[in-house]
Amino acid sequence: MTPALSLKDVHKSFGPAQIIRGVTLDIRPGERHAIIGPNGAGKSTLFHLISGRIQPTSGSISLNGARIDGHKPFEIARKGLSRSFQVTNIFPRLSVYENLRCSVLWSLGYKYSFWRGVDGLKDARARTEELMEQIGLTARRSEQAGTLTYAEQRALEIGIAIAGGADVVLLDEPMAGMSHSETEHALALIRKVTEGKTLLMVEHDMSVVFSIADRISVLVYGQIIASDVPAAIRQNAAVREAYLGQAEEA
Amino acid sequence: MTMLNRALPWILLALGFALLPKALSSNTAITMLAMMSINIVFALSYNMLLGQTGLLSFGHAVYYGLAGFFAIHAMNYVVRDKLGVPLPFIPIVGGLAGLFFAFIFGWVSTKRAGTVFSMISLGLGELVAASSLILRTFFGGEEGVTANRTKLPAFFGYKFGPQIEVYYLIAVWTFICILLMYLLTRTPFGRMCNAVRENPERAEFVGYSTQRVRFIAFCLAGFFAGVAGALAAINFEIMNAHSIGAAQSGAVLLMTYAGGAGYFFGPIIGAIIITWLQITLSDVTGAWMLYFGLLFILVVMFSPGGIAGWIMMHEPVWRARRIVRLIPAYALAAIPMALVIGGAIFIIELAHHQLVKAATESPAMHFFGMTLQSNAIGTWLGALAVFGAGVAGLKLVWPKVSDAWGAALLDDAKEAR
Repeated sequence: MTPALSLKDVHKSFGPAQIIRGVTLDIRPGERHAIIGPNGAGKSTLFHLISGRIQPTSGSISLNGARIDGHKPFEIARKGLSRSFQVTNIFPRLSVYENLRCSVLWSLGYKYSFWRGVDGLKDARARTEELMEQIGLTARRSEQAGTLTYAEQRALEIGIAIAGGADVVLLDEPMAGMSHSETEHALALIRKVTEGKTLLMVEHDMSVVFSIADRISVLVYGQIIASDVPAAIRQNAAVREAYLGQAEEA
Repeated sequence: MTMLNRALPWILLALGFALLPKALSSNTAITMLAMMSINIVFALSYNMLLGQTGLLSFGHAVYYGLAGFFAIHAMNYVVRDKLGVPLPFIPIVGGLAGLFFAFIFGWVSTKRAGTVFSMISLGLGELVAASSLILRTFFGGEEGVTANRTKLPAFFGYKFGPQIEVYYLIAVWTFICILLMYLLTRTPFGRMCNAVRENPERAEFVGYSTQRVRFIAFCLAGFFAGVAGALAAINFEIMNAHSIGAAQSGAVLLMTYAGGAGYFFGPIIGAIIITWLQITLSDVTGAWMLYFGLLFILVVMFSPGGIAGWIMMHEPVWRARRIVRLIPAYALAAIPMALVIGGAIFIIELAHHQLVKAATESPAMHFFGMTLQSNAIGTWLGALAVFGAGVAGLKLVWPKVSDAWGAALLDDAKEAR
């Protein structure tokens, strides 16, 4: 079976600093895969490489068997990979409704259309309403996104990421900065909205990671030191020494 | 919202365009209305870049001016070769010329946003303005190129000699352009322009090439600036290097920003006010450019949303029917505000007279019916006193304005709960 996402010997250097050092990773279609590792391990850099924000120094990245390394973010998004960001990245002065509607337009084929009214696009409206319902922001539809609470903004961030109907979704620390109850709510949301999709997420909250992931990869100093099912990762001595021991104690 | 509700502003706008010349029958007023209309199209086209896509251009006059020259040449060509193209179709030539040059220059400049885009637009503006004085065959040197609009074939019997006929031609085009530019904001592309303005990185990750969005917006803005340039060519029957230069690019920036780039109607307000000031102030004082500079600085400092932003700030209070509560505080603030404005004008006019005119004329100057000596210390002290009293008065009454606002909004919040 062709992996949904495949990285082969990916390297990334900034000057003399090697941030990603030969990452090879296959994510199966429909799999929920988590990447964990200490701060500075290169997790976000890896996400930036996969999503086209930065280009790898060497190696290859494929989405459903097609190379995407060297492609621009919008090209990769059109091929069916979307992402959220560690720091909330929304359209702050647009309403919640507009945030989501802007995010569904390309996938519905409206592209750069300037000859038809956006308010009359029934499919865009229906999809936007459905998304708002899914992320629980229907009551806040007319609010400027920048005025939402932190947890609501994170939910909107996830909503934008899934709006285009991408098969592969990358979530970068979706629970960062959330309280316990907010985390539980967000976890339920992620489960719901990524149903049937391939999910790759970076997360520091180990309870979240072990409850949602089918497989976990551990990234330390730009290298994957282990990639396995959660139970095996928990038992892995190298992982416990390099990261998990400290994280779970924390 | 019913169809009638949606159509009402457009019906009122059309009626305004149709009836205003009847109310203001003088030729000067009609000329002013025509110039306001042209500037409305120009400013709205600029706001497709600044307000809607977040592109600060310093060279938008390039498309206005080049299209104006193409329109003038097209008019002369139609007359010379006896072509059957009547005057109302000339703005299409201007629009296409604006679109063509926006396509060429936009290909380069929209590859980047932010400061890089602004600097490229400034460079291109200077390049074209400098070329306009070198390529005399096309641009006509400092004298420019003239045309006679009445020589074109009649359009349903109209030769567009009288100013009122030209006004209606411009008004119809202005109405069409306003409507089209408004409708553009309500399309998927219009929404993506807003998304790119707000967060270009996020727009890329939802599938949009921000460069392509900027480029299309730039081309469309060039088209409408071109229509405005052609309307100017028809109105004035002359185009010269001034219409292509930095001053014209600065004027459209001022109109848009002062009017309010954040709202569709902002540039319309800006174009009306700035055109009125350009025409009236230049008759009254030699320091009129200084007033524009001051106006721009004051808007940037105290009302970054422009006049439209200031108006829309009152919307929640208006909807709550509490606008009346602000009137006493505003009336109170109006007195020191008038003193500040009056004092500032007094000082500027004194300085202008003393620095520019006193050497060749006498130091005696006329100011609001008074004869004053611009070199007398007493006059200067008087001007400073008026200004100072205004500033002190504003400081005194400002807390009352603030309290009135606070009370109006607080009640609003209480009711919302």
